[in-house]
Amino acid sequence: MRPDITYTEAVREALDFCLSDDENVFVVGEGVPDPKRIFNTTAGLLEKYGPQRIMDMPLSENALTGMCIGSGLVGMRPVMIHQRTDFAYLAFDQIINNAAKWNFMFNGQGQVPMVIRMMIGRGWGQGPQHSSSPQALFSHIPGLKVVMPSRPYDAKGMLIQAIEDNGPVIFLEHRWLHHMKEAVPEEPFREPLGKARIVRSGNSLTLAAFSYSVIEATKIADAFKKHGIEIETIDMRSASPMDHQTVAASVRKTGRLLVLDTSWITCGVAAELVARVSEEAFKELKAPPARVALPDLHAPTSPTLSKEFYPTPQGIGEKILKTLSIETSSDKGSLILNDLTTDEPLDVPFLDFKGPF
Amino acid sequence: MPIQIPEQVKPYYEMLRIRLVEEALAERYSEQEMRCPMHLCIGQEAVPVGVCSALKTSDMVFGNHRSHGYYLAKGGDLNKMTAEIYGKVDGCCGGRGGSMHLIDLDVNFMGCTPIVAGTVPLGLGTGLASKLRGNDQITVVFFGDGCFEEGVVHESFNYAALMELPVIFVCENNEYSVYTNLESRQPDRPMNKIAEAHGWDVGSGNGNDLNQVAKITQQAVSRIKAHGRPQFLEFDTYRWLEHCGPNEDDHLDYRPADQVASWKKKCPVLQMQTQLLSEKSISQEELDSYRQSILEEIELSFNFAKASPFPSPESLYQFSNTNPS
Ligand SMILES: Cc1ncc(C[n+]2csc(CCOP(=O)(O)OP(=O)(O)O)c2C)c(N)n1
Ligand SMILES: [Mg+2]
Repeated sequence: MRPDITYTEAVREALDFCLSDDENVFVVGEGVPDPKRIFNTTAGLLEKYGPQRIMDMPLSENALTGMCIGSGLVGMRPVMIHQRTDFAYLAFDQIINNAAKWNFMFNGQGQVPMVIRMMIGRGWGQGPQHSSSPQALFSHIPGLKVVMPSRPYDAKGMLIQAIEDNGPVIFLEHRWLHHMKEAVPEEPFREPLGKARIVRSGNSLTLAAFSYSVIEATKIADAFKKHGIEIETIDMRSASPMDHQTVAASVRKTGRLLVLDTSWITCGVAAELVARVSEEAFKELKAPPARVALPDLHAPTSPTLSKEFYPTPQGIGEKILKTLSIETSSDKGSLILNDLTTDEPLDVPFLDFKGPF
Repeated sequence: MPIQIPEQVKPYYEMLRIRLVEEALAERYSEQEMRCPMHLCIGQEAVPVGVCSALKTSDMVFGNHRSHGYYLAKGGDLNKMTAEIYGKVDGCCGGRGGSMHLIDLDVNFMGCTPIVAGTVPLGLGTGLASKLRGNDQITVVFFGDGCFEEGVVHESFNYAALMELPVIFVCENNEYSVYTNLESRQPDRPMNKIAEAHGWDVGSGNGNDLNQVAKITQQAVSRIKAHGRPQFLEFDTYRWLEHCGPNEDDHLDYRPADQVASWKKKCPVLQMQTQLLSEKSISQEELDSYRQSILEEIELSFNFAKASPFPSPESLYQFSNTNPS
């Protein structure tokens, strides 16, 4: 077995494979060939595939999205990259009016095999215009797939699958995942888009999570496990299509559901998941399904405000206890919450991070 | 200004002040207390100061991600800026924004944001309001060469010309957008011609020459007063430090070493200083006293920022427009 690789490296390997496998694949984005190589996710590609396929771009997000769509109509497979999701908002017109609709409105005569990688920023005071997490916005649009892998293995397998997919795929990467490591096969492989993954099984509560929330969910499930409470943790992996069936099946077993998301609570993907599961497994629910997501506010810069803004492990723990009908002040409740208490700074992805991103 | 500065020396003083403020920010950034992205304009001080020297307090200014200079040159409060970068309650946005989100409505610094070209069309709106109200307020929007690539800039050229708006777009051309040079992003053609083709008046010049920037801007202001057409100004200049952050990044080799060196020789602050000294407009002692007075002011602003409390967690829920959940 080779050593574990980072999420960053996994993305890079997926790009590398697709570029070598299909000459129609090209990569374009602000900073793609620059010295930082999109947080190293495009490292080495320029040298290997040349400037015609590994391209920087003018600050023209909307026009270049349209360019990618047009190239897709004649069989190219563009991978476009935005270092922050917020920059993609300038391209909403092309993404929504053309990429999402073209094949449908022309009766199947115009597939748009395009991937748009976007990074969700968080921390180090990136603030209101560099931190948003738009999975719900994009999931609301029919015709777009929206995926958000949380681990290196899925980053590789799902990016290859996304590039080979014949429709537009929004590929959301959380910046706090990029440095994480695990074992990933060297050879290419594919992971489905739209299929959740059970991270660990349990019978007392279903904890379904999107993107970076999966990392939080796993840590929290560990703390509960120490106290004899087995939480079934599910990595949703994809916001659209959303695999509510897997979650409903889990809820039939556990009777309780909490959904964690990285974005705003109102009209969010957690709301959608709760609605779907309630429709499918209402009778099996022993407690009201619950959500932990962001308040309906923009990401603030100041560390004290961002501490209030983002969910904390304790906050999530309290919500789980409530769903389990365990008093937070009970012996067990307070022991668990105590385990979840941290005074580490919450505005950095890892402790020796020195900013800025 | 804490000490008396002769009128003709004020612009120099302003430039020196911006330089020293940013040097102090850069020096202290590693203390990890300024927890936000920070884009410094060291080497580019002549454009903000020169342009703003031609404006009145009632004129309005919008900026972008690199706006410390614009904010200070327009008269923005230094204490509030420093406190903002520290994420404190006395910051100009109460700590919600950080370095990339400055505002000081007392001097009509209308706001700056880091989405490239995000504020450009807002200038159309303040310009339209001035026109409809028949007042003489001019709007200036500052942006970089990269911004010129955004479609909304071109839509704005069209609209401002159509409506004859009292706006000045100032493009600070430092040849780079992050690590990417201009040649990789735009064809070799004068930006001015594009504005001109839309019926704008244009001007361009050496963005490291404070007098030139001021003069070109004064002319643009006079033209607006005379016939109300929008004005596009392009100034060449150069960023010394990394795109974002307090350090140099020349080891990354994205800019030719001789280019960096030759621009550093054209330091706007030093050039002006040499000129003032040779003209005997100021003495070395006066210079030293300016520097001293600015450093004291800066020290006080850091004390102010550090002493200011962090915003309370509850304050997050203010100004949401909708009921928080
Ligand atoms: C719409 C959008 N795209 C990309 C970015 C990332 N970005 C931030 S600053 C910047 C460079 C802009 O270059 P320029 O306008 O020349 O200003 P400079 O940094 O040189 O002052 C880029 C690409 C952004 N903030 N917004
Ligand atoms: Mg520039």
